[in-house]
Amino acid sequence: MTTGYPLLRSLQISFYNWSVVPTQVSKFIGLDNYIRALGDEQFWTGMVNAAVYLLLTVPATVAIGLFFATLLHARMPARALFRVLFYIPVVTSWVVVSLLFKYLFTTNDGAVNWFLTDFLHLTSESIPWLEQRWTALIAISALGVWKSVGWCLVVFLAALSGVREELYEAAALDGANAWQRFLHVTVPGIRGTLLFVLVLQVIGAFNVFPSVLLMTNGGPAGSTEVPLTYMYKQAFSFLDFGYGSAMSFILAIFIFVISFLQFRFFGEKKEVGS
Amino acid sequence: MRAHPGWAVVRFIVVAVGAVFMIAPFLIMISTSLEPNTSILPSPPHFFPQEVTLDNYVRAITENNFGGYFLNSLFVSVATTVATVAISAMTAFAFARFDFRFKNVVFSLLLAGLMIPGIVIIVPQFILAKNLGMVDSLWGLVFFYTAGQIAFTTFLLRAFFERVPHELDEAMTVDGAGIVRKFVGLYIPLARPALATAAVFSFLGGWDEYVWALTVITDPLKRTLPLGIAAFQGAHTTAWGLVFAASVVAVLPVVIVYVAGQKHFIAGIAAGAVK
Repeated sequence: MTTGYPLLRSLQISFYNWSVVPTQVSKFIGLDNYIRALGDEQFWTGMVNAAVYLLLTVPATVAIGLFFATLLHARMPARALFRVLFYIPVVTSWVVVSLLFKYLFTTNDGAVNWFLTDFLHLTSESIPWLEQRWTALIAISALGVWKSVGWCLVVFLAALSGVREELYEAAALDGANAWQRFLHVTVPGIRGTLLFVLVLQVIGAFNVFPSVLLMTNGGPAGSTEVPLTYMYKQAFSFLDFGYGSAMSFILAIFIFVISFLQFRFFGEKKEVGS
Repeated sequence: MRAHPGWAVVRFIVVAVGAVFMIAPFLIMISTSLEPNTSILPSPPHFFPQEVTLDNYVRAITENNFGGYFLNSLFVSVATTVATVAISAMTAFAFARFDFRFKNVVFSLLLAGLMIPGIVIIVPQFILAKNLGMVDSLWGLVFFYTAGQIAFTTFLLRAFFERVPHELDEAMTVDGAGIVRKFVGLYIPLARPALATAAVFSFLGGWDEYVWALTVITDPLKRTLPLGIAAFQGAHTTAWGLVFAASVVAVLPVVIVYVAGQKHFIAGIAAGAVK
């Protein structure tokens, strides 16, 4: 009820030039808000930024999460402690970690610049991370990966414990090395979970919001705006509820189609919906 | 699987290095919060404080009504947890043990609610909150947080209730127990671990939430911790020590709840993900 009603209402609002003042009549304008969004350069900049964020975060998060899950699946000292440490970023509020990363990515004397210049000696100049579009997206993505790796790890660990040990032994007897065992036993064994994680991460990437709001606030000059920060500003700073709703609907449809395609291409028929 | 003994050492070192990367930002945060004069960034960054002072904590807690934010967050999270667990226990019980018309349709709607990202419906939710007079009120936050979390916790608890053996249920029927007595005397005690999982999730959900609170709360006295900390940053652009002292105070309960309820938490994630 609490989701269904607002959803329909959202669709309704998106067809109006919605008036915030209750006494004024909102004007029905049909698809105008949608047409406006599709022609709005700032909206597309946001979509491109979200796509870049997706490419920078999703493969890395899934790969790193799976990598550490595979390592932590075997017995080792302090295993439970490691699992806790990896998971702490996940439970920490977005506000805290966003401000923390803003601090780490400070241009002069920031920890990341120190690490790259004085520790690894990769570059001699400080990078103005949050002051230009692409480096800012890299910084925001770094936060995205760091914060979600633990979640992927825990989900993969649960899935790995469901893969039968005999399969590994059989593969080892057949002379498969660690990488072959991973590819031919682990991956098929956790296929359903892999798909689930992938779909959720992609959805999450298009919904990136608080980190952008707090790290760059879409700046400089709107160049790091993502769909939701732009939508949010239109709705709640400029009080253009109709336009905001239309944009969130376009985004929702887009996410739905992408998720559907992922199930179509990566999922076996049986696993769809599981 | 027999592996080379050296492999175990390598594996341990790799995991440890990974863990250092996960924890290093927190170390920098904590040591910054404990150091005086943090408007100048130390280079190299301090992973451990060089000079310990609690000044930032004292200032963070005494200035800017931080204690108020903390209490607001505590109230909202606890009320959300109680409401979510109570309501979803009842709905999950109904889905698990009753047959009613359109049961599957209603449950599918509930699951669909899980799939739709909350932010997509933020505009109509805001209008709804306004019409219900729930803007700028802590109870309003509790109402919408609870509404947002019921789908997941119902889903979690239903699976658990369904696994309660029918024989126990029937034995109680033979003893003349009604629905309410079964629910209170049998299902609730058996579901304690699942209820704990639901409670941990809803507490953390309420504690960390930012976007909805940002949208509906305008009165500075009603700010929750995430709002307070974000505003702190604006008000003290360079005083990172203050911002991080406030952050540490805000993160501490989360880490305690998480570490204490770790088992339940992991179980919840696994139940949601691996089917």
